[in-house]
Amino acid sequence: MVLMKTKLATTILLGSLLLGSSQALAEVVLHRGNAGEPKSLDYAHISINIEGFVIYDLFEGLTIHDAAGKIVPGAAESWKISEDGKVYTFKIRDDAKWSDGTPVTAEDFQFSMRRIENPKTAAEYANLLYPIKNAEAVNLGKAPVEELGVKAIDAKTLEITLERPTPYFLQLLSHYTALPISKANYEKFGDQFVKPGNMVSNGAFKLQSHVPNDTLTVVKNENYWDAKNVKIDKVIFYPIEDAAAAVRRFEAKELDVTYNFSADQIKRLRGLYGDQVHVSPALATYYYAFDMRQPPFDDIRVRRALSMAIDRDFLSNEIYNGAQLPTYSLVPPNMEGYGTPPQPDFASLSQIDREDKAVALLKEAGYGKGGKPLDIEIRYNTNTNHERVATAVADMWKTALGANVSLVNLDVASHYSYLKEGGKFNVARAGWAADYADPENFLALNISTNKTFNYPHYNNPDYDKLIAQSYDERDPAKRMELMRKAETLLVNDQPLAPLMVSADLWLVSNRVKGWVDNATNNHLSKFLSVSN
Amino acid sequence: MINFVLRRLASAIPTVFLVITISFFLMRFAPGGPFDLERPLPPETMANIMKTYQLDQPLWLQYIHYLGNAVRGDFGPSFIYKDNTVAQLIVQALPYSVQIGSTALLIALFGGVILGTIAALRQNGIIDIVLMSVSTVGITVPTFVVGPVLTLVFALMLGWLPAGGWGDGSFRQLALPITVLALPQIAIIARLTRGSMIEALHTDHIRTAKAYGLPSRVVVITHALRGALLPVVSYLAPAAAALLTGSAVVESIFTIPGIGRFFVLGALNRDYPLVMATVVIVAVFVIVFNLLVDIAYGLLDPRVRHD
Repeated sequence: MVLMKTKLATTILLGSLLLGSSQALAEVVLHRGNAGEPKSLDYAHISINIEGFVIYDLFEGLTIHDAAGKIVPGAAESWKISEDGKVYTFKIRDDAKWSDGTPVTAEDFQFSMRRIENPKTAAEYANLLYPIKNAEAVNLGKAPVEELGVKAIDAKTLEITLERPTPYFLQLLSHYTALPISKANYEKFGDQFVKPGNMVSNGAFKLQSHVPNDTLTVVKNENYWDAKNVKIDKVIFYPIEDAAAAVRRFEAKELDVTYNFSADQIKRLRGLYGDQVHVSPALATYYYAFDMRQPPFDDIRVRRALSMAIDRDFLSNEIYNGAQLPTYSLVPPNMEGYGTPPQPDFASLSQIDREDKAVALLKEAGYGKGGKPLDIEIRYNTNTNHERVATAVADMWKTALGANVSLVNLDVASHYSYLKEGGKFNVARAGWAADYADPENFLALNISTNKTFNYPHYNNPDYDKLIAQSYDERDPAKRMELMRKAETLLVNDQPLAPLMVSADLWLVSNRVKGWVDNATNNHLSKFLSVSN
Repeated sequence: MINFVLRRLASAIPTVFLVITISFFLMRFAPGGPFDLERPLPPETMANIMKTYQLDQPLWLQYIHYLGNAVRGDFGPSFIYKDNTVAQLIVQALPYSVQIGSTALLIALFGGVILGTIAALRQNGIIDIVLMSVSTVGITVPTFVVGPVLTLVFALMLGWLPAGGWGDGSFRQLALPITVLALPQIAIIARLTRGSMIEALHTDHIRTAKAYGLPSRVVVITHALRGALLPVVSYLAPAAAALLTGSAVVESIFTIPGIGRFFVLGALNRDYPLVMATVVIVAVFVIVFNLLVDIAYGLLDPRVRHD
């Protein structure tokens, strides 16, 4: 590996010497395929990762994810955390500037955070910053925005007070909801600040042009505090929602990087492009929820039996070609500080043993051969891969357990609105991708007071108590332990059957340097370079 | 003539009104809404959003508001692409669709008529059989197959043409999407022309013209073709409306920033205002092209007069 790197360095060095200065002066452009058109360039109105890819190149929060996905200082150069963990004081970089040359101030951050919690803004992700003091009250219109716990002490000092200690708060601050916008610029243009020509940004790049569904071009921001280390002059984002079209454009060398391609292409693409194909495990879990409000799914034996009978290796290998990896826990692996998530007792058995055990459990519960018939309807959102998973699971339950399984699918909007509104079901597909890298983000889904995301209607007071304790625990290791205990209950009760951990699929041309796969799936263009 | 046009335009108003009404309610009765994402929003956030977009009002009131605004040409903000109003999105996207659509239409019209005429003149000959077999393929193979196959050959294997994107908007850049749009139309127009041309060639006035000793080029082009074009012209109305308002499939395959993609993305995301506006535009195009065809009919066929 070291040898390879040395060789590579020598080649690059020789190459640059041979090509001479004309090459060195040529504009460096990164062509980035993005899996769709951003719904907005307003940090208050975006909600998915492909929008994040664009916005993080334009704006820089107090903290950012480095190339490997670790939290590092961004617009803030340092911070202090009070003894009780409730007050964070940030020192904003002296040389942090907007693209129009004006300084980035604490007031800009205060303004942006007030704006996102202001109910008039109707920001989709406002709840992410609820750990900030009074954020929820402000967002619900019960308190004026001035009472938000974000205070500009002076031009470069920002103090954020929290409702309660939030160990993952620095993670939250790297999220786009916590990005700054220039107060002066917003006062000039209002919501039109997102338009090319109006927008000023404090990230490594600034907006040059935007033609919806065609291209979004950003160019290097010379006023960025770290501009000397930014190696790319221009990034062109191509919104391409048709994955096959994106792959063709990568193959035609029109794109240097592209996100998301169909899993059934992995083998072919690996054969052609080798390590330019990246399959990077993500912080996202694919699971089946059981509706615990009604029989037979209120019976732990039935839920466990159904979960055991699902051959996750088959789903992973045959349907996803390894683009999703088998899992038995709701919290994905690779979560910093959490270690290997708790596993259910059956995870260590072979699939055949699991099926035997499942049949026995069902018999005990009065279902299966000679017992009551087991009728199950699987609901999923319309998607080829989800359909193949549902078909395979139906077959496993029929063959191993003698269940009668039917399938129902709705488009994604209808599917989730049905679950969210508490519609009755038997088994439903769901997925969760982390907003921030902390187990709490997954485990809080299934506390009994979570009326929105607790699809199984899981109600275990012990589980609720452990999660509640974890919020008050100041010691990081002890806090993780409390959450592990909670998840141990969850995997034992199986209100939901975790099936797979998603992976992020990228094609990254070998012209692009500095790319590091990471579970947070953050890849700021400022850490990349392009060679010819 | 002017009376005819005015009458037709007046009768178009209830049609557009009906299209708006039906689409409005069909759209609203589809389950889910613009803000039901894969990750559901907390109820309090949802309430904020519903209020902002006036979706918390009763449906009939929203409908009245919508009609009132639409009459004034205000299609509202896009629920999904929030940085833009629907009008801005459409004004930006429509020219892209019109440009590739009209080029494809012209190519299809000339190509189809010429090929159809040749086939008719050589009825049952080798050329006729080959042309008609190829045209069957052109009609039956769907664009989502032809598009990727042509890209594979001309962009990936030969490297002659770009695989997609609008780029500089040059003919080379757009050759593939235009070809894919034009191919099935050439095939259909060629078949229509051939059929009616064969019929026309057997009519009395053509036989008379031939008997007078007119050169066959003149007979075919000035006499037979005029009558033979009628079915083609009536086919052009829906074809032009469809081509100019953008093909969602072709625009997705070649990542063209046209209106067809917005229509599909709008429908999938339940972006009510965006879908409504595209539906209205398609309706207007259909009405206008039908009117143009009726006018053209009068010019081509002296028996049809619009008093």
